[in-house]
Amino acid sequence: MSAILIRNGRVIDPSQKIDGTFDLLIHDGVVELVKPSDKKRSEKINELHVIDATGKWVVPGFVDLHTHLREPGREDKETIASGTRAAIAGGFTSICAMPNTEPAMDHGGIVEQVLQQARRANNAQVYPIGAITLGRKGKELTNFQELFEAGCVGLSDDGDPLTNSLLMRRALEASRVFNRPIIQHAEDKALFGKGVMHEGYVSTVLGVEGIPSETETIIIARDIDLAALTGGWLHVAHISTAKGVDLVRQAKKLGIRVTCEVTPHHLALTHEELKGFNSMAKVNPPLRTSKDRDALVQGVMDGTIDCIATDHAPHTDWEKCAPLDTAPFGISGLETAFALCYQSLVEPGHISENRLIELMTSAPAELIRIEAGTLKKDSIADFVLVDPEQSWKVNAKTFVSRGKNTPVEGRVLPVKIVGVFKNGEMKFLEEEKTQRSEHA
Amino acid sequence: MSAAIETLWTRKHLLGLEDLSADEINTILKTAASLKEVSLRPIKKVPALRGKTIVNLFFEPSTRTRTSFELAAKRLSADTINIASSSSSLTKGETIIDTVNNLEALKVDAFVVRHASAGVPNLIAQHARASVINAGDGAHEHPTQALLDLFTIQEHRKKIAGLKVSIIGDISHSRVARSNIWGLTKLGAEVTVCAPPTLLPVEIERMGVQVTHDANEAVENADVLMLLRIQHERQETQLIPGIREYRLRYGIDAQRLEKAKPDLLIMHPGPVNRGVELDSFAADGKSSVILDQVTNGVAVRMAVLYLVIGAPEGTPLEGAVV
Repeated sequence: MSAILIRNGRVIDPSQKIDGTFDLLIHDGVVELVKPSDKKRSEKINELHVIDATGKWVVPGFVDLHTHLREPGREDKETIASGTRAAIAGGFTSICAMPNTEPAMDHGGIVEQVLQQARRANNAQVYPIGAITLGRKGKELTNFQELFEAGCVGLSDDGDPLTNSLLMRRALEASRVFNRPIIQHAEDKALFGKGVMHEGYVSTVLGVEGIPSETETIIIARDIDLAALTGGWLHVAHISTAKGVDLVRQAKKLGIRVTCEVTPHHLALTHEELKGFNSMAKVNPPLRTSKDRDALVQGVMDGTIDCIATDHAPHTDWEKCAPLDTAPFGISGLETAFALCYQSLVEPGHISENRLIELMTSAPAELIRIEAGTLKKDSIADFVLVDPEQSWKVNAKTFVSRGKNTPVEGRVLPVKIVGVFKNGEMKFLEEEKTQRSEHA
Repeated sequence: MSAAIETLWTRKHLLGLEDLSADEINTILKTAASLKEVSLRPIKKVPALRGKTIVNLFFEPSTRTRTSFELAAKRLSADTINIASSSSSLTKGETIIDTVNNLEALKVDAFVVRHASAGVPNLIAQHARASVINAGDGAHEHPTQALLDLFTIQEHRKKIAGLKVSIIGDISHSRVARSNIWGLTKLGAEVTVCAPPTLLPVEIERMGVQVTHDANEAVENADVLMLLRIQHERQETQLIPGIREYRLRYGIDAQRLEKAKPDLLIMHPGPVNRGVELDSFAADGKSSVILDQVTNGVAVRMAVLYLVIGAPEGTPLEGAVV
């Protein structure tokens, strides 16, 4: 097998606290950092494909804890093949597939089917999240042992939160022995009602049903209490409210086992985006106020928020191009995630680029306990080349994902993913663009 | 009417009053004033929109608004097509955009759109080549209703600036309230909204209105009272404890009108729930201008249709109304 040498890039690997100029040697699908002066190490290899990364960043492949791949069930929105290819385009080499499929990922057979499709696709590595309850109906618990043995790394009824407190208690208790999180989409369904967007001045002017912040905070508060009661591990998905961040912050201080994630769109955008009935900005939890957005940024800065997750939720154009109240919730986020976070967090000086990369690599990988998000010697060669000087304009038509539903269409974003390697295999490199089209 | 007023109108669509300037609203009202006379003629027709095709695209049942728009179009000599939700392919699962594209393929000039979902006229306007006129979308806007309300107030009171207007009823679910708040405040009226807390949307004050939960207070100082229809469904979703409670606290009857100004105007967009938001004494009394509103609706809609699809830029109105 030939080797690849990524020469002279700025290697940023928060898992090893490394930030400096190195060569990255990829041999047999694993990585090794080499000092640029150490010529001998690479000269020993006969067939060496050298890629000059001068001026580029070389960072571990991103890890996403929250991706909707839609297969099985809604292959018109996304397939495992197209979704994992979109992940690669966005720099994600490992993604967690949420169980909102039809049928739901509620038993080992479906998990194995998803993993089989992911192997065939041979793009990003897929880590399934199993359902907590059968059919995600919130009535009977699934067989946790079977799901974890099949390869699940967490459990969630995402989108259909566990509103039954007793069932949530049982799930948190039962999952303890597996050391895996119960991932809750925190939403009080009765209070949510027929809500369309954040309840505030914009929803009042548009005349659409609002979703108050308390829809989220009531469930976060309850779940934190249940986590304290049971000693189970609660992971709050896509946190969206200032008060929610505060609840998690206090719980962590008390030593309760709670973690949480935030999406790029909640860090970048507010409910103002929905003015003019922009259904592309319709997402659940909804985009909230600038005060909430600022609190999310603060939560990222002080470590209350553990990592960034996309909540990539692709939909067809005809579903999204509908009245605001009937259009589905969701944003196709994989391909804009890194640049959008960079624009929201690094450009204004809230966090360093190293910290952002940590929040998208080692932080989620360590949280969910998978071997990814690092360039430590002999780890799987999953890495990304970033051009920090290249800005680009979002054009959903060029998305690899089948979901073209983005609220940042036309926005100019800084920093660009220009190369992605998975298992040492080049998935794309900007000059070559070999894997960019869906049928390539 | 001077040509200077005509040139103020440059919009292709009428989606709401939120985006309109006071000058644009006045342009519509002045155009309506000159067109009102057409309906008083023995032959109620002028050729202003001859050869234009207008589609009344009503995804939600409506009798008075649809009839008013249809008469307005016919009195301007336009051809009209009525498409109601029950007969449309929407019930067969076609998307709104597909329905609109198919109608556009028949070469039409304007869509008059009514839909239960807020924002549908905006959605259609983004995709259609034809003009779009909002005939009521969810709880968002009902601009022609507010325009005919403004027209009616102006007819009785000459000017709107400085008047105190109280809007009483289900503000949360009312497109009429929202359009009137925009229109009235832009023309300088002082608007108070009065409703039970469950029927008031959050941060409504930011639209430039006062808020009260006391109907007596809303009546006492008002020059104009606008009542809104209370829908019985609201009781089912617990938004009001009961129709009886609503009537007792917010219903307008003779007793509540005792402290009203003598020249108060009482308005209602219809259809009236007698005995709920107002009783017959109020609905049929000397203060009521409810039927004037209906009459003026045709003139206002003629003005809107004419401005949006009829008037070539710079054409004086007199030229069209022969």
